[in-house]
Amino acid sequence: MAGTTLLDIKGVETYYGNIRALNGVDVTVKEGEIVALIGANGAGKSTLMMTIFGAPRARTGTITFAGTDITQLPTHEIARMRIAQSPEGRRIFPRMTVMENLQMGASLDNLKHYDEDVEKVFTLFPRLKERIAQRGGTLSGGEQQMLSIGRALMARPKLLLLDEPSLGLAPLIVKQIFDAIRELNRTQGLTVFLVEQNAFGALKLATRGYVMVNGNVTMSGTGKELLANPEVRAAYLEGGHH
Amino acid sequence: MAVTVSRESDSVATPTQRALKEAFYAGAIALGLFVLFIGLKTGQNMSNELVLTQRWGLLAAVVIATAVGRFLYVAYGQPFMANQKIANVATGLLPASVGSRFFTLPAFIVAVVAMVLLFVFNGSLAGWVGAEPAGYLQFLRALAVIYVLACVIYYFRAFIHANFTKLGITALVLYPILVVAVLSLNAWSIAGGLQGSLKWVDNFGIQILIYVMLAWGLNIVVGLAGLLDLGYVAFYALGAYAYALLATQYGLSFWILLPAAGCMAALWGVLLGFPVLRLRGDYLAIVTLAFGEIIRLVLINWREVTNGSAGISGIPKVSFFGLMTFNVSDPNYIAKVLHIATSSAYYKIFLYYLILGLCLLTAFVTIRLRRLPVGRAWEALREDEIACRSLGINTTTTKLTAFATGAMFGGFAGSFFAARQGFVSPESFVFLESAIILAIVVLGGMGSLVGIAVAAMVMIGGTEALRELDFLKQIFGPDFTPELYRMLLFGMAMVIVMLWKPRGFVGSREPTAFLKERRAVSSSFTKEGHG
Repeated sequence: MAGTTLLDIKGVETYYGNIRALNGVDVTVKEGEIVALIGANGAGKSTLMMTIFGAPRARTGTITFAGTDITQLPTHEIARMRIAQSPEGRRIFPRMTVMENLQMGASLDNLKHYDEDVEKVFTLFPRLKERIAQRGGTLSGGEQQMLSIGRALMARPKLLLLDEPSLGLAPLIVKQIFDAIRELNRTQGLTVFLVEQNAFGALKLATRGYVMVNGNVTMSGTGKELLANPEVRAAYLEGGHH
Repeated sequence: MAVTVSRESDSVATPTQRALKEAFYAGAIALGLFVLFIGLKTGQNMSNELVLTQRWGLLAAVVIATAVGRFLYVAYGQPFMANQKIANVATGLLPASVGSRFFTLPAFIVAVVAMVLLFVFNGSLAGWVGAEPAGYLQFLRALAVIYVLACVIYYFRAFIHANFTKLGITALVLYPILVVAVLSLNAWSIAGGLQGSLKWVDNFGIQILIYVMLAWGLNIVVGLAGLLDLGYVAFYALGAYAYALLATQYGLSFWILLPAAGCMAALWGVLLGFPVLRLRGDYLAIVTLAFGEIIRLVLINWREVTNGSAGISGIPKVSFFGLMTFNVSDPNYIAKVLHIATSSAYYKIFLYYLILGLCLLTAFVTIRLRRLPVGRAWEALREDEIACRSLGINTTTTKLTAFATGAMFGGFAGSFFAARQGFVSPESFVFLESAIILAIVVLGGMGSLVGIAVAAMVMIGGTEALRELDFLKQIFGPDFTPELYRMLLFGMAMVIVMLWKPRGFVGSREPTAFLKERRAVSSSFTKEGHG
């Protein structure tokens, strides 16, 4: 399973104005892994996600993707390296139909593999097929999340970044989404880097995990190790859903 | 003027009681609002002193009209509308719609007869009944025409709705021919018909189509790409001055300068685009507004080139693709080549078809681009810029192409405008023009070509039509000039449309992508979840 390193984040510091949001973060994602990053609100998880995409840009440190330094690349160039993202808050195009949203995801290859890929997305999320002509903004939260992931998959990514896919969703839908991610990883070998507040679900899903506190990575290990770790349990799992 | 009525009194009061109460409130509000607006009028007398004219009678009339209007609406209008929604217990049918009761065959026939008679005897009416009643009869004739047209539209509404685009284009293509034919019949001579058609083809046809083209051009920037541009008129000015200067100084033909003006405007669109790439919404609007003003001020102050506020005159006419001209003195003047009578109407009719062609080109390009990656990227950019970037779309080039394409059509329209007017001055390119074009786009529904065309027709045609309402002088006195009220009506129409249809005439966006096997089925015909 442990393949070559796909994404390598080294000593990354990101600032919002003068406020330091990330204090030298080191994270590695290897090919074929599902890596989860957990932490409380404001720990800097989403900032790290956005920093990978160059907005905001890392002030120090390097981000390497498949051997290429992408730290200073513009956002759209980074996306063209085949890193796809389902951003925080889903950010689907509300006035465009499900179909058009998926088309936008496939714009990198100018729809070359469109028909084939759209079928894959529909197999993964049959619900989207039912909603195909509906406008994105009229979908339910879970459907929007599915669309957001589906849109990201249309770009045929080597690495899929998911920012809080469980945000604001019912437990049953969260399970569906997590199952779909596991399925993608198992059958297609897709590498996934996942940011979650739902620590239990994310760590159960993940090969490895990182814990982030106040802009620092404080702990790392396999998903199972972290789940068993008393500190992690105390901070993120006790009193949570089991 | 919604007046809230408490629940208890609502259940007890009859509509009439409630109406009386609401009419009183409405009157009171109108009094409060208009006591300074209408009741008092300030002016200057001969020795430049401020004088206050009191107009209590007019104020009373306005207040009473408001109160009576509110009373009628609450006492009769509301119950009537409520009844329309209740099915008859015995038959289970809804009452006949207002439309089918209002547009009946006998009334239609009466209206047609009245209209034809009044048109035929128009000339001799004043002699028979005197000037003042003749004015009222003209008013009646206008009403009859409106009623007949409304009847026709009402009876064919399903057909019109289904084939709106085709019908619209056919009507636009046939319009000058129909105008000339009808007016020739009316005047019993083709020369008279051509002469009479000038006003209809030029003031209505060409004028409206220029705005349709400008609004469709702006629609690419505002409606598709979602970049609020308040300085669009700058590109119109650039196109107009590009043609005016190059044609008068170097004698180049319109057919060379039309693309040149478009390219020049597009270049300026890119130049404007660069500094505003990071801006969105209100901030972008302010910068584009400033850009529009800068261009206008440059045109005023760069006297050596633009001749300042005096403008440039003697701009050459468009030729018929170099084969024929529209200058009477030229050896290849159209009438000489075709051996027909001399008339200035040929040029106007030619210009009409020219601008119609340019409009259709704009529409065609817009429709095609929406289906291409760049057009999809524009729409995605309007929806969510961050999501766009993370999907690998270069937002810089996407924005710049939107600005450039929109500006190019503005430039085309500008050079056409210069050729049509034969004269350009900075006065034609004030901020109000930008505002009107933007208003048309918003009223029509952002992104909808049909809606925008209808909005342009209503707004520009409507304000032009106000000039034609001479009979109103019979009612309001000879000092009444209806065109002075056109901005007021423009504003009122905008408020009403925005209340009634907040997303414009055509508010829904037509999707551009369908599954292969369902290409024919549009999402608007499928129920939610059944597409």
